[in-house]
Amino acid sequence: MNPAVTNLAVETAWSDHVTVLPVVLPIAVAGAMFLLDERRRKLKASLSFATILALIAIAVTLVVSVSDAPRVYRLGNWAAPYGIVLVADRLSAMMLALSSVLGLCALVFSFARWGRAGPRFHGLFLLLLMGVNGAFLTGDLFNLFVFFEVMLAASYGLVLHGSGETRIRAGLGYIAVNLVASLFFLVGVSLIYGTMGTLNMADLARRLAGPPEGEIALFEIGCAILGLAFLIKCSAWPLGFWLPSTYAAATAPAAAILAILSKVGIYVVVRLSLLVFGAGVSAGFGQTMLFAAGLATLAFGTVGLLAARDLTRAAGYAVMVSSGTVLAALGSGNDRALAGALYYLVGSTLAAGALFLLAEILQRGRDPAEAAAPVFADEYRDPFDDEDSVEVGSVIPAGVAILGVGFLLCTLMLAGIPPLAGFVGKLAIFVGAAGAPSPAGWWLIAALTLSSLFTLMPLVRLGILNIWVRDADKPPTLARSEVAALAGLLATCLALSVWGGPALAYADATVGWLTQPQDYVRAVLGGPAP
Amino acid sequence: MELVLSLGIGVLSAAGIWLILRPRTFQVVLGLSLLSYAVNLFIFGMGRLTIGAPPVLGAGPDIVSVDDPVPQALVLTAVVISFALTALFLVVLLAARGVTGSDHVDGREPRPQGPHAEEPRPGTRP
Repeated sequence: MNPAVTNLAVETAWSDHVTVLPVVLPIAVAGAMFLLDERRRKLKASLSFATILALIAIAVTLVVSVSDAPRVYRLGNWAAPYGIVLVADRLSAMMLALSSVLGLCALVFSFARWGRAGPRFHGLFLLLLMGVNGAFLTGDLFNLFVFFEVMLAASYGLVLHGSGETRIRAGLGYIAVNLVASLFFLVGVSLIYGTMGTLNMADLARRLAGPPEGEIALFEIGCAILGLAFLIKCSAWPLGFWLPSTYAAATAPAAAILAILSKVGIYVVVRLSLLVFGAGVSAGFGQTMLFAAGLATLAFGTVGLLAARDLTRAAGYAVMVSSGTVLAALGSGNDRALAGALYYLVGSTLAAGALFLLAEILQRGRDPAEAAAPVFADEYRDPFDDEDSVEVGSVIPAGVAILGVGFLLCTLMLAGIPPLAGFVGKLAIFVGAAGAPSPAGWWLIAALTLSSLFTLMPLVRLGILNIWVRDADKPPTLARSEVAALAGLLATCLALSVWGGPALAYADATVGWLTQPQDYVRAVLGGPAP
Repeated sequence: MELVLSLGIGVLSAAGIWLILRPRTFQVVLGLSLLSYAVNLFIFGMGRLTIGAPPVLGAGPDIVSVDDPVPQALVLTAVVISFALTALFLVVLLAARGVTGSDHVDGREPRPQGPHAEEPRPGTRP
């Protein structure tokens, strides 16, 4: 054994293990849950609820504790780059908090109805969160692949949750597209390994910062192929046609949590662009393509929103618009604009998730819910057959008012209209782009302005159709947990608006940290302070 | 050996790509399997080809005669994952066949009956 390697291994304190908990906790609980009988729904629901509450607490702890320096967790205490590392830095911690808050609200929403629409909902849900959290935390490209696959495998189950012809047909296409994307991922990873001899992200950045070694052209081809996999995931144009129909077919809580999946793609693109291509041999690689793809996604998502005839599909396109905004801000190469975009990403993801939930409530009963014929008679139970445990959807007098306010907040967030966080985020992007004038910046400002307008129009139209113009004798029914889920998402949006200053400062500091890749490298690989 | 391996990868990927563009779900599954074989061989090839070299750092002083073990570990993981997901895809395929009554990837037979379209099976939905 190389003595330098053993010397790098450091003593660990108990509190260090917090970094690995967002991965270990959900998979442990999910594993235990698969052992439990399907009929013990209350137990399963409370277990998932407690787990995700704990995940939120962990994420908040991480957000607070990584503001100065990242936490590097060496699995088995093997020193990087020989062992596997998990790295929690400002960006990862922020994304962890986002995924757990969205996860909690989607889960609470599922308590009313959808959690019972098929088997093993809670286990799959936690596995999905485990994959997402792992992808945010890992410091290693191959583990990123493994976490991606866990996340995708769980998402296949969630897309098919509730069964029915529409879901199975959408699921078939979704699975095929993502399996091909995974193959791209593998080809990219192996090309990177074949040319650079490492898959550790920090080691990769270190090798690229020095004089060129290995075959840089082949390495960049590998990165481009790898990037394709993530762009398919974050549904960049022209790779994202699968997204709206898949998300529209999925059940509401599944669609809401799937909204975080496209953000995983965004996260990886942001992470790798700034870490590996921030400086050194391949500095700025792919930036123009990202900018073009971002603008095209923004345009496609906006046009799709204009054409959308139901709310679920509109929410799917809103996810694309939000992805496109972040990609374009990243591609514009403007740090301040990227900070605004990260802030916008959090708010728009929560709002898109809320819109999926709202859409389900508003459109419920219009098309008879597709919890249709059983596929596998031996494990399928009619979701709504045991009346004793179904929470009765009572007509809350203020139901329409609650939905109206919720819809209004969602629209303001997604269209970026004052005074909510959507506007603050877009304004931060504008200020950043105008602060360092460049053609890319002006393109970004123009595209975002137009997209705001054309997001507002269809959402207002759909709002009128779904809230004002509906049968007076069929008011929407709301279960308490559904109201709680919506309130949770929208309250987080409001909090993000009220404390916009600190949140933006956090995003600014995050981008400041991300644009100093040598600090990340030093934190992971060790080495002398400058 | 390099030529044989690259030809093998090429033939597998060509066949795989052709198959995943075909209209029947089973062809898509086979195409995905072939493509994943091609990708696995490709990962293997990225560790460079050696003959008769142990994949571990042993006591031998000769570092040249050692094969890189990392791609082999990667292939193992990739094989397991792609195998599991192919199995999952097969289940969805069967479900789609059962629910829609058609094995077309769109879930319904194409309207104009082309030369390759099969006769509607008995017991299927129109």
